[in-house]
Amino acid sequence: MSRSHWTMLCLALLAAIALALAIGTIGYTPADTWRALTGQADATTTLVIRELRLRRTILAALLGAGLGISGAALQGVLRNALAEPYLLGVSGGAAVGAVLAVVAGMSYAFVPIAAFAGAALAVALALFVAHAAHGRADPRVLIMAGVVVGAFANAAIMILLANASESRVRGAVWWMMGSVADARWSETAWLGLYVVVGGAVLVTTARSLDAIALGEDSAAGLGVDVDRVSRRIYLTASLVAAATVAAAGLVGFVGLVVPHIVRRIGASGHRTLLVASALMGALLTVLADIVARAAMPPTELPLGAITAVVGVPFFLATLRRLT
Amino acid sequence: MIAFADVRARYPRQQHLALGGVSLDAERGSVTAVVGPNGSGKSTLIRALIGRVPLAAGTISIDGADTRTWSREAIARRVAVVTQREETTFPMTVREYVALGRLPHRGTWGRDTMQDRAAVDAAIARTGMHALADRSVHQLSGGEWQRVRFARALAQGGDALVADEPTTFLDIAHEMAVFELMRSVAADGHAVLMVSHQLNLVARFADRLVLLHDGRVAAAGTVNDVMRPEILEQVYEWPVLVTRDAAIGALTLVPLRKPSTSSRS
Repeated sequence: MSRSHWTMLCLALLAAIALALAIGTIGYTPADTWRALTGQADATTTLVIRELRLRRTILAALLGAGLGISGAALQGVLRNALAEPYLLGVSGGAAVGAVLAVVAGMSYAFVPIAAFAGAALAVALALFVAHAAHGRADPRVLIMAGVVVGAFANAAIMILLANASESRVRGAVWWMMGSVADARWSETAWLGLYVVVGGAVLVTTARSLDAIALGEDSAAGLGVDVDRVSRRIYLTASLVAAATVAAAGLVGFVGLVVPHIVRRIGASGHRTLLVASALMGALLTVLADIVARAAMPPTELPLGAITAVVGVPFFLATLRRLT
Repeated sequence: MIAFADVRARYPRQQHLALGGVSLDAERGSVTAVVGPNGSGKSTLIRALIGRVPLAAGTISIDGADTRTWSREAIARRVAVVTQREETTFPMTVREYVALGRLPHRGTWGRDTMQDRAAVDAAIARTGMHALADRSVHQLSGGEWQRVRFARALAQGGDALVADEPTTFLDIAHEMAVFELMRSVAADGHAVLMVSHQLNLVARFADRLVLLHDGRVAAAGTVNDVMRPEILEQVYEWPVLVTRDAAIGALTLVPLRKPSTSSRS
């Protein structure tokens, strides 16, 4: 990726964030938005922009960044173009945790914690199964373990929801569709911590990922401790994904498609790929959130569906320029 | 330079030793070829060298220093390996691929140095891949792809080149080019260690042969020591003839037909 690509990507992200602050049920001019951000606007404008829109936009950006970088790292380490952040059972585990919390009638503040715990447990289970089956985390076994843990989680969710009241089923389903509407600063800050620390850990593995893309033996021949690096990436990428799920529910497609888009615009080494995937993920998710709340006001559409709706044409456009 | 001393290795959860006490030396300036039937432990030998199979006993040393005390990167800076199979998952250009050979020379945040770029250019030139340097590796033929893999190993530098069955699937010209390259790398003073099934080419190009059978050394030494019908017949469990080629004078192995199967020779 050339310098102009980086500049365009950063400018596009800033523009999308500015747009996200200005667009909504009440439209604001860029000047109003700026005044609200710097504390010079009236109370309502300041509240809407700073408390509501800024919060959810930052959450959306962090969510997309986390999913983008996590997906790029997992595709690299598993050498699989279809790998995505939820692959190792994150989505299923998180959903079971969240549904358990909802069905048990716990307060909604507890749902993210339950989701995170469920996701972490599912990943631990998938890694344990793969390890037990093969003595080490073989990518093929790991993918199967993730799928099986996911299937188990789906079954558990159906059983849990079979006897739940209608309102609880609706609450659980809404949570699973993903949204940044109820963004709180505390959750956003936690997610920020995971994305920044986890992202930094993943970027330190970039060089090893370049080698692992050639196969495990070739990577070992280039001096990479494949098993150790792989374990670190599985854990870090899945924890980042679990943190996004805890903060905003399930938002599909971003982690799968963003690394491909970034590769098509010319990122080849993993250091570039990981950082650019974080930026591109943030861009795509912020745009998707604008569509989610501006397309059919006052109804908010599920973010997880919009990322796919926005992402598919984007993806198809880049597919045409394949290889 | 690379010395295996009584190396025993076993894959996880296997009772059977894949290597049952193998000793061999790959010296600088010479080509050492490891031959033997399928499953005799040839590839395991190389996987043990790069730490992919744990050693149950014995040592692998580089210039007398036990590799267990070395970091993997330190080994990779000395020994470049061309593995048997390799597929790139994501597209990259030939030049980007060859540059991966410089990975062990860079730190986590390291950038390309002049030295890195010079090594990559030299490796591309030496393998004759200059015209294809900006092509995607996914667009290469089998022969070109193998040359590019050697270019990556040459860019890696170090003083030993190890290759596991480097000419499988190659046509005659590409196969000969690989053997000539190995010979010229050895002539530069590198230690070359190769695994091959091509006994007749190995007999012409290698200085020393190591014949493996069931994880042990069945015979080792010069071409004349190893290319003997009684040894080869026993190891390969097939009737063979060893003759001297009339035109080039090299020892040549001719596998025979088994008498009962057909009348044609």
